[in-house]
Amino acid sequence: MLSIKNLEAGINGKMILKGINLEIKAGEIHAIMGPNGSGKSTLAAVLAGRDFIEISGGTVTYMGNDLLQMAPEDRSKEGIFLGFQYPVEIPGVSMVNFIKTAVNEHRKHRGLAPLSASDFLKLMQEKKELVEIDSKLANRSVNEGFSGGEKKKNEIFQMAMLEPKLAILDETDSGLDIDALRIVANGVNRLRKPDNASIVITHYQRLLDYIIPDVVHVLYDGRIVKTAGKELALELEEKGYDWIKQELYNHN
Amino acid sequence: MNGKSGISDFFSRLYYENIGRIGESSTPIINSFRKEAIEKFNLLGVPTKKMESYKYTNLETFFRHDYQSYFIPEASHFRKAEEFRCDVTELDAHGIVLMNGFYPTINGKLRELPGGIIIGSLNAAARKYPDLIEKHYGKYARSDSDGLIHLNTAMVPDGVFIFVPRGSVPGKPVQVVNLVDSEQDTFDQHRKLIIVEENAECSLIICDHTMSPQRFLTNAVLEIHVAENSSFDLIRVQNEHNNACKVTHTFIHQERNSRVSSGIITLHGGLVRNNTYHRLNGEGADCNSYGLSLADKWQHIDNYVSVDHASPNCTSNQLFKGVFDDVSTGAFNGRIHVAPDAQGTVAYQKNNSILLTDQARMDTKPQLEIYADDVKCSHGATVGQLDNDALFYMQSRGIDKRQALLMLMFGFAHEVTRNLKVDALRERIDGLIMQRLRGELSQCASCMVKCV
Repeated sequence: MLSIKNLEAGINGKMILKGINLEIKAGEIHAIMGPNGSGKSTLAAVLAGRDFIEISGGTVTYMGNDLLQMAPEDRSKEGIFLGFQYPVEIPGVSMVNFIKTAVNEHRKHRGLAPLSASDFLKLMQEKKELVEIDSKLANRSVNEGFSGGEKKKNEIFQMAMLEPKLAILDETDSGLDIDALRIVANGVNRLRKPDNASIVITHYQRLLDYIIPDVVHVLYDGRIVKTAGKELALELEEKGYDWIKQELYNHN
Repeated sequence: MNGKSGISDFFSRLYYENIGRIGESSTPIINSFRKEAIEKFNLLGVPTKKMESYKYTNLETFFRHDYQSYFIPEASHFRKAEEFRCDVTELDAHGIVLMNGFYPTINGKLRELPGGIIIGSLNAAARKYPDLIEKHYGKYARSDSDGLIHLNTAMVPDGVFIFVPRGSVPGKPVQVVNLVDSEQDTFDQHRKLIIVEENAECSLIICDHTMSPQRFLTNAVLEIHVAENSSFDLIRVQNEHNNACKVTHTFIHQERNSRVSSGIITLHGGLVRNNTYHRLNGEGADCNSYGLSLADKWQHIDNYVSVDHASPNCTSNQLFKGVFDDVSTGAFNGRIHVAPDAQGTVAYQKNNSILLTDQARMDTKPQLEIYADDVKCSHGATVGQLDNDALFYMQSRGIDKRQALLMLMFGFAHEVTRNLKVDALRERIDGLIMQRLRGELSQCASCMVKCV
């Protein structure tokens, strides 16, 4: 589904990703862990199409297409979803209008007619229950005045509405209490299908108690330095990241 | 004399050449104000950029021009006005259509509506209800600095009169459509007097339109008296073509426990300067003053707002927003004056502008003069670009960049329009703003109401 080869990227001339290689197949959940500043969020931003990141080398192929040539909105319509670490507040744009526009853009892309008002409301009701989001939030401006937990739940709600093929969740667990974490994880698990995949970016192992990954990668200083099964997450939780740095050092 | 422009003589001459005819068709009460007013105008003149409150607006670009002006209406004009139908069919309102400032029946008739409400020509009202006119006319529109207010008082031929008696609550708003139409470049003066008595309610919609592509210069004065426990709601939609200049002076005088909401939506117009003066004259009065400017090309839109807290425990809120594209420019000057004994005052002010190009420009200036000590006042102004993070967030959900930009600008504008109280009109204005932002409303075709 997604193939990243030797990806190099930076911001303002500073190199952050120094040759990333990653293969993701349909049905898989990959966790990307790593200490602060290792490049996790930059990787997510490159995949979603953030334009201030300069790509200096490598390729990203998504469903057979050159992802780096696609506009952010086209990536979305082709099934990529980024759950933001810091969801953006958009004053004056109502949640309903926002998500309806997005859903209908996706439908247009697939050659479908826009949803009728009643079908849209039905769909929204169904997905809201999935993430236990307060109905009142739908009538407010996008993320405006939402608590940290509500913002993250709103990300999963949008994901549920758009049904992506590849979801990239950037630190979705940060700032969540244990109940919100459970709800968010539950949402992700229920959206899991054999033909879609997820990348879960997290600093802590905690989220991975709820979302069980197939593969865990450790990103450090712009490179994936270790890849293993889900037990790697537990090892990291126990020992921190220092032993990996040590291992790298010894290796060199 | 500081701040008087050389172009003032043109308007003085216009007065002396025509005052005989103006006076003949008008009434003694209104005529009695003219002499003193022209003397004040001769002293103050047309404001220039040397005046602090006109620092960012050069009126000369429109005032220095050889305009025609006429003071006696012609029958053909009235026909056009009477044939005019508002396009917002879902809007249920008592309608008045003014042609070049004149009420559309010669010598005007007054309409008396259920509940004792009177709407009609100012001249006709001055004949029939001289006591009411004497009590209120020229009492609120006062200025020691802006000559244009006095020019209006000196030369205005007719206007609109609205009276809502004590305890009366009209079921629907009054809509005044100001049309200007001429075969020559024309200077017009509009005048309105609105009296809302105790425990009454009045909702007024004013729509400014141009009907022909000529150059227009309009100088408008509104006087509004809102008595104790009453409420008054004003929505003004400005949609003239970009070769027109409009200067408005709105004076809203509020008594005890009265509530006022004023919203000015400026969609088009070459040079627009709105002066809104709120006077909170009685304890517990509350006023909300809103404005939204959407400008492109070479448009210039300037809002001057003055809120005068003359009594204790009054509340006021100013919210003015603008989106400026191309080489358009804007200005906002928000004054809050709190008198020495106006304790318990709460006064807020906010001005936010978005500049879409490097050439667009916005000047914003708060002006707080506080002479009481138990006061809660705040002001804030921002001038910036659209939020790139919000734009990307929307794109990342599949909304293309153009649509996302539109939604952001619309959302920005909606913070103002959501406060407009007439539902049918608010929906129409939202629709117009969307069209305006898409670039589908331009120049003369911009009329919110389809021109006849």
